[in-house]
Amino acid sequence: MKSRIALIVYILFILLPIYWLLNMSFKTNEEILGTLTFWPQNFTFDNYIKILTDPSWYKGYINSMIYVSLNMVISLCVALPAAYAFSRYKFLGDKHMFFWLLSNKMAPPAVFVLPFFQLYSSVGLFDTHLGVALAHCLFNVPLAVWILEGFMSSVPKEIDETAYIDGYSFPRFFTKIFIPLIGSGIGVTAFFLFMFSWIELLLARTLTATNAQPIQAIMTRTVGASGIDWGVLAAAGVLTIVPGIFVIYFVRNHVAKGFALGRT
Amino acid sequence: MIKTENNKAWFLVLPVFALVAFSAIIPLMTVVNYSVQDVFDAHTRYFVGTEWFTKMLNDPALQSALLKQFGFSFTILLIEVPLGIGIALLMPKRGWSASLCLVLVSLPLLIPLNVVGTIWQIFTRGDIGLMGWTLREMGVSYNISRNAVDAWATIILMDVWHWTPLIALLCYSGLRAIPEAYYQAARIDRASRWAVFRHIQLPKLTNVLIIGVLLRFMDSFMIYAEPFVLTGGGPGSSTTFLSQWLTTMAVGQFDLGPAAAFSLIYFLIILAVSWVFYTAIMNSQKEK
Repeated sequence: MKSRIALIVYILFILLPIYWLLNMSFKTNEEILGTLTFWPQNFTFDNYIKILTDPSWYKGYINSMIYVSLNMVISLCVALPAAYAFSRYKFLGDKHMFFWLLSNKMAPPAVFVLPFFQLYSSVGLFDTHLGVALAHCLFNVPLAVWILEGFMSSVPKEIDETAYIDGYSFPRFFTKIFIPLIGSGIGVTAFFLFMFSWIELLLARTLTATNAQPIQAIMTRTVGASGIDWGVLAAAGVLTIVPGIFVIYFVRNHVAKGFALGRT
Repeated sequence: MIKTENNKAWFLVLPVFALVAFSAIIPLMTVVNYSVQDVFDAHTRYFVGTEWFTKMLNDPALQSALLKQFGFSFTILLIEVPLGIGIALLMPKRGWSASLCLVLVSLPLLIPLNVVGTIWQIFTRGDIGLMGWTLREMGVSYNISRNAVDAWATIILMDVWHWTPLIALLCYSGLRAIPEAYYQAARIDRASRWAVFRHIQLPKLTNVLIIGVLLRFMDSFMIYAEPFVLTGGGPGSSTTFLSQWLTTMAVGQFDLGPAAAFSLIYFLIILAVSWVFYTAIMNSQKEK
């Protein structure tokens, strides 16, 4: 019973700041700045309507979605074969390669902001969705390789050998047998890829101007001449949480067994 | 697992290598290039050797920022790791309440970094925020834009709020992987609750904890958007973390040489600490 209470207290601690944001997003600015109220007195959808009808606002969400999905697809496509190679074979420089990959996850984005800007401008990737997706690959691909390698190592090698004896070619074995076996691993990897790409701000903001601007960068616009438009800011914040909820909901069954990244 | 020697495996790694090399090696070379030069404009630049490195390493402002950064990373690890383990132990194991718990606990993880900053900025304001208002009504003087201690406490609280779930989820799935037979054996031996935790659960959690600590160390050492939105680095420069120093220097003031030298120092520190963790992971896997 005592443990139940502790858990509930912790969950309240998590939910309270989010509730406050939600609460504020349904209020008018007069009510927000007037008196402190624990729930909206004049319930209004105006803040959401403003965001969902103004293309300069909702395009930010579309842009973010596009580059996050692009990044997930690219990362998974290149990381799956590489993780297989790391988990099954010894080859020249494999350990150094693996650590070099991981070291890119450790590089502070702040270090790369300016060179990225110059490089991507010179090859025409500045302000494109692909540009942001590629930049996020810098930390997402190493992470994906690392997580997937853990899952693949827990699949016994005899399965590969049996499949080859049965006459499967490598690509067919990989797509028909191996990938379904590590399904929950791919689910968890996708969760991490989504998470780190969706929440990243610095690179996404620096590498875009108008066409591919993420919602996080657009949110700073709520600071206008007349002060901050709190209601709209709160509504925009709430809307950035929604995609995350869907993602968690889809991977919730994999989380229990898969989150240990195959390394228990 | 016994791995076969096969250099053809390089073909499978090649796409990753090409992709990451494009985004890592070229920019890194640019940084190295800047770090040894004094850049005036596009056509005027001088080779200055290691001058910027010496200058940066001796800069007292950056030394204190570096110390603060280490202090921050260790503080949040000290809070988040025990708390995360605790939450993982408390979470229900099956049924609808387990699913609900997972979704609720992982909620903060998927909120964009600057929105996290915004949430806490609103939450802690004295006039419109629940926490700021409650503290003020209780007679506690609390102001994150004036008092450095308040600002620090709030940033740590925010980070604990945001990232403890990661440790909790990792530990939760680590705990799920312990076979029921272990617990039955412990019951037969009449092991205490503490003995079960110390000798069964904790050893099984070591691997996931190393992953969690590694991820948390790397990310907390690079923290940028959350304090930037919450406090803007203030009051004064009391909550200005390394990444913020760096972006101000490189993008704001355009001091490319010093910024690049500083970037490399920054990168090498993270690399060194992470290498220690990485070796620890690899050795623990070898023992099995």
